[in-house]
Amino acid sequence: MSSSDVRRPDAQVHFGVFFQGVNHTTIWSDPASGSQIDFETFRHVITTAERGLFDAFFLGEGLRLREQDGKILDLDIAGRPDAIAQLSALAGITEHIGLVATQNTTYNEPADLARRLAGLDLLSGGRAGWNAVTTDNAWTGENFRRGGFLDHELRYERAGQFIRTARAIWDSWADDANAVRHLDVATSQFNISLDPTLPRSPQGHPVIFQAGDSPTGRDFAAANADVIFSRHGTHFDDALAFANDIRTRLVAVGRPTDDIKIMPGTQIVLAQKASEVEEKRRWVLEGQYTGQTALSLVGLVWGRDLSNLDPDGPLPEFDPVPAPISVTRGAARDGKDPVAIAKEWRALADAKNLSLREVAIETSERSGFVGTPGQVADELARWIRSGASDGFNISPYIVPGGLDEIVEWLVPELQERGVYRTEYTSRTLRGHLGLRPPLTRRGSVDTDSSVAG
Amino acid sequence: MSVFALGIELDGAGRHPAAWRRANHTPTESLSAKTLLKKVRAAENAGFTLATFDDSILPPSDGIRGRVDAVNRASFVAATTSTIGLVPVVETTYAEPFHTSSQLATLDYASRGRGGWIAARVGDPAAGRAWGRPIATAQAELDREQHDSIEVVRRLWDSWEDDVVIRDYARGRFLDRDKLHYVDFEGETFTVKGPAIVPRPPQGQLVVFGTEADRDQVDVVLIADTDRDTAIDPANRGGGLTFIEIDVTLDTPHASAAERLAALNQYEQAPNPSRLEYRGTISGFVELLTELAVHADGVRLFPTVIDEDLPALARYVLPALFRSGVAHRPVPGSRLRDNLGLARPVNRYSKV
Repeated sequence: MSSSDVRRPDAQVHFGVFFQGVNHTTIWSDPASGSQIDFETFRHVITTAERGLFDAFFLGEGLRLREQDGKILDLDIAGRPDAIAQLSALAGITEHIGLVATQNTTYNEPADLARRLAGLDLLSGGRAGWNAVTTDNAWTGENFRRGGFLDHELRYERAGQFIRTARAIWDSWADDANAVRHLDVATSQFNISLDPTLPRSPQGHPVIFQAGDSPTGRDFAAANADVIFSRHGTHFDDALAFANDIRTRLVAVGRPTDDIKIMPGTQIVLAQKASEVEEKRRWVLEGQYTGQTALSLVGLVWGRDLSNLDPDGPLPEFDPVPAPISVTRGAARDGKDPVAIAKEWRALADAKNLSLREVAIETSERSGFVGTPGQVADELARWIRSGASDGFNISPYIVPGGLDEIVEWLVPELQERGVYRTEYTSRTLRGHLGLRPPLTRRGSVDTDSSVAG
Repeated sequence: MSVFALGIELDGAGRHPAAWRRANHTPTESLSAKTLLKKVRAAENAGFTLATFDDSILPPSDGIRGRVDAVNRASFVAATTSTIGLVPVVETTYAEPFHTSSQLATLDYASRGRGGWIAARVGDPAAGRAWGRPIATAQAELDREQHDSIEVVRRLWDSWEDDVVIRDYARGRFLDRDKLHYVDFEGETFTVKGPAIVPRPPQGQLVVFGTEADRDQVDVVLIADTDRDTAIDPANRGGGLTFIEIDVTLDTPHASAAERLAALNQYEQAPNPSRLEYRGTISGFVELLTELAVHADGVRLFPTVIDEDLPALARYVLPALFRSGVAHRPVPGSRLRDNLGLARPVNRYSKV
């Protein structure tokens, strides 16, 4: 690391673990892959993370099983718990680690969700977090009372009003719990009236995470979030540019540049010897890209069902349907020109003599960090001290054991470098992350809980 | 009757509105994890078959005015208890049935098959205003939401057959999609497509509790009746299990039940009883329960003050019932359905 890179010589790496519950990046075909729903799997992952002094344990949110071409996607892991209920159970068997629930602002209502988050926060002694996400599609809405009621352009409007309403609910009890303020909210999205039922936890409010990446999403985060769960967890320059962009947006809304912590989602693949790194990398990729998964991913580009092809044979000879790439329902994917992609992939296959499956692996976006524990520790330290991120939200490529190597091999290397805590010094998630008090609780006692807008 | 189940309501400090003044903890500890865990452990240690947790989005009417939602409370103790059934109230008038189904299935996994659900109507329009939904107050509306919610939740629990996860390496498939089912519920006020996001819970279906009006849809009917003869009258009943609800105030070493109630009523008068009430000696209560065991499948007890009545129940009442064989202490690893003598239901979607 060159000295000019070191903007923050004392910065520490913060780790979270993201228990994904869907996606092909969690390997299920290896004997070490455990149940995706049994409580013991979650117990193993969270207690490993707590042993590794992680800041947080994350759960995603399921609102509908993913589909492709009108059928339920059957290739990947699926079947996962309700986030808040599961985190509450996990709160009962842990003492320090933060507990972050992904919950959307469209198919929930503020009085109910704010109460459930506050309940988790109280029972865990101030360890709750909320990864606030937005949904607008009618397809998800088919599982809910109001259906797909929200226009795309209104989803951030609703999300902003939702978070402000949640904060007002959390602010309604006096610090000594001797007075409760009745709350009336009338905005374009909400018309509610309630007497909130819970005081604040030791950390004030649940920590608010946000994951949006569009300009609107970034502004939304700058205005509302404590932590950004970003997508920029692989390429240093890209991560630094993102972090600088967020700092600029923070200044624009009058917040200090370190008021949001950035924790990119990432994957970490470790091998103890440098000579074993490549083999380990291949092993992980081959587990993640089974033949059928490769056919499915290539099928998305070709715009048709390719499941009858041989994944170890060549790419299809026919051309893709020249339409935008169809979306796997319930997964995010950017639209690109399929014919151009096919042309590139064929050239790649010809040049390197690759099968369809090998092309799918080769063209998959490189994700995260690969190396020996020492190599990866050096790189993570560089990211943190350069201000490219404040930590990493690690998705194990296999559960329950995928975190073991990170805790046993990588954490000690980081500790040796002085970039990782050697014990918990706080009992709250806000404390672990080094965050200031909640946005509405920084000024006078009579804080502004206005929810207008 | 082979099973006589013992349930206890553990919401707040007890059923009396002034119970919090007699609790062993300070008011500031009322909502804490420690207080919750102590109560549930005490009930489990006593040998209760199940604990219930009342709930509402509205504040409770006692002096504390606070309450953590029931699913969170039941889930929090799920992994650190091993025999007691955990049965939260989740209302059906405004809650999202899809979320309710996921939350309860998750509780069943975390508790290894000890989850239940009291499906409850909410008549107070203030709840609808808190939710921000169209207010439902007419009995027909409350009944419709209750019926449709139970139906959807039960369908979602069955929407994954037990053996959906196949891990078929040769075919590259984690799931057998033929064993996943859209529930395609279409009611008057909402539709739900499905399938669930959580696989079928360990018990297949959690144990569902309701009122006499819900008899066709639930596993256990809770009878709240102030008159003993009406409460135990089999003429009013159809199939399924029946639990009698009882407000209970026991004599304690330092004060009789009557004295205890009088002291509490000086702080705040208890509302008129809405269910069977017992106040008096321990032996009298053992006799009452022994007699009820002939007529009902279980009881749900509402202690006047949990921290005063639960120790008396644990030390004297339950051991007497176990000794005489009227009731049985659940063993670790057993599921709530087992302890109620209920079979694991066949999945409505599976092809025989």
